[in-house]
Amino acid sequence: MKKRIIEFIGFFSLRVCVYLVFAVLLLFLYDIGSKGGGTISWKFLSEAPRRGMTEGGIFPAIMGTFFVTIVTALLAIPMGMFAAIYLNEYAKQSGLTRLIRLSIRNLSGVPSIVYGLFGVILFVNFLHFGTSILSAGLTLGLMTLPWTITASEEALKAIPNSYREGALALGATKWQAIRTNVLPYAMPSMLTGTILGLARAAGETAPIMFTGAAFYLPVLPKSLSDQFMALPYHLYVMATQHHAISQVRPIAYGTALVLLALILLMNLVVIILRYRMRRVKRE
Amino acid sequence: MDPKTKIESRHLDFYYGHKQALKDINIIAPANKVTALIGPSGCGKSTFIRTLNRMNDVIPGARVDGEILLDGVSIYSPKIDVVELRTKVGMVFQKPNPFPKTIFDNIAYGLRIGGMKHRKKIAEVVEKSLRKAALWEEVKDRMRENAFALSGGQQQRLCIARSLAVDPEVMLFDEPCSAIDPIATAKIEDLIQKMKQNYTVVIVTHNMQQAARVSDYTAFLMLGELIEYGDTPQIFTNPKNKLTEDYITGRFG
Repeated sequence: MKKRIIEFIGFFSLRVCVYLVFAVLLLFLYDIGSKGGGTISWKFLSEAPRRGMTEGGIFPAIMGTFFVTIVTALLAIPMGMFAAIYLNEYAKQSGLTRLIRLSIRNLSGVPSIVYGLFGVILFVNFLHFGTSILSAGLTLGLMTLPWTITASEEALKAIPNSYREGALALGATKWQAIRTNVLPYAMPSMLTGTILGLARAAGETAPIMFTGAAFYLPVLPKSLSDQFMALPYHLYVMATQHHAISQVRPIAYGTALVLLALILLMNLVVIILRYRMRRVKRE
Repeated sequence: MDPKTKIESRHLDFYYGHKQALKDINIIAPANKVTALIGPSGCGKSTFIRTLNRMNDVIPGARVDGEILLDGVSIYSPKIDVVELRTKVGMVFQKPNPFPKTIFDNIAYGLRIGGMKHRKKIAEVVEKSLRKAALWEEVKDRMRENAFALSGGQQQRLCIARSLAVDPEVMLFDEPCSAIDPIATAKIEDLIQKMKQNYTVVIVTHNMQQAARVSDYTAFLMLGELIEYGDTPQIFTNPKNKLTEDYITGRFG
């Protein structure tokens, strides 16, 4: 009887934990949804801010985040995947590779503001990219790389060695074996990790506030070297930096809701990818 | 009487890092014969067979001393292209390892990476290889199905067909029946028997009856050393070494 009671208490606590997490999430979504929902309209999504950002929409911020995420993706996706392929498939498993791997893991724990400062030094000043989409995108890309590499490496590790050996035994070169018999099966899971990393980058404020994000810029950027507005930074501005904070609160909530929707959309892509990956495996 | 030598190992030593896994192995695999390697677990028989197509190259820290000769040419010489070697020396692994592709694409894999583009030609070779592996009748209407849908025994014959498709001269079998049922095993043994007309076969097995049934020559290894090598009937009826006798009569192993 005592065992049963212990088991009941155990399960009950586990369940309470799950419900608590879920409740917090619901509350959070409800708060943002109810306060920001009223602001959302076609005009809000398609117009630039007006009158010192007390009126108008957030279109430049949406597009800015879109552009900067593309730059981020162009750096983080190929470089992350190639680095992972090298680390998992080609590199000798020596003390040096272990050190490199450890460093990459640790980089993913570096606070994003530190990446922001590093971006200023490297891209804005040293490479003379200025405060621009390019600088901000590359900074976010650097920040995403540890995630991309780690996720891609795990994906490659999950491919059974027999696929590689089987291909080699048929006269494939190492690269042929990887390209035709490893990458196609690792790709969905590599992309999953990468997109999750991008979603995180798209929501970051600290790395872009010194490297390219503009406080108020009601026109769209024309080139990679222009400054831009971005959703997370705009939200930060509306929530803490604006001269009439209480007046623009609804805009802040609307921005938060749009940002949230964007992240959820990217996660949805991940879910679909995962689903497709499982289906392929089961076949 | 002496048939032509196809593969020969001379004073072969093999190391995993500092651990020596094979010591001075001298074995001959004659052309168009089946040579079996037997011995208790960890004796080095799998290590040995994997030196024959240089599959051990990919293991970090692996090192080979001595020579393996294929048609009299050392396969560890720098002049040898290991990719080409592996098309000449095919291998079937312990666990059936079909690729997660269709049955057709599995067999065509080796042809395509070898650069064959002609669709009709590929289809011809695929059919021929499946027939040679006695699998054609069972799969001819399911070529577009995923190879994972096949039973374990069928998967292993698929792997055999896949190897045969690239037209090897030697076929290596690394415990090919250890993961499949007795009926499927019988089919594969039958296949190995027939294959020696066209190929030289080397098989690793932990099943002594299997070695006795399918092979012409048998090598008995223990703890990385070759204990005895000879005609299969002689090894099984009249072993010269006490250790061989103890092993085949089931006193250990």
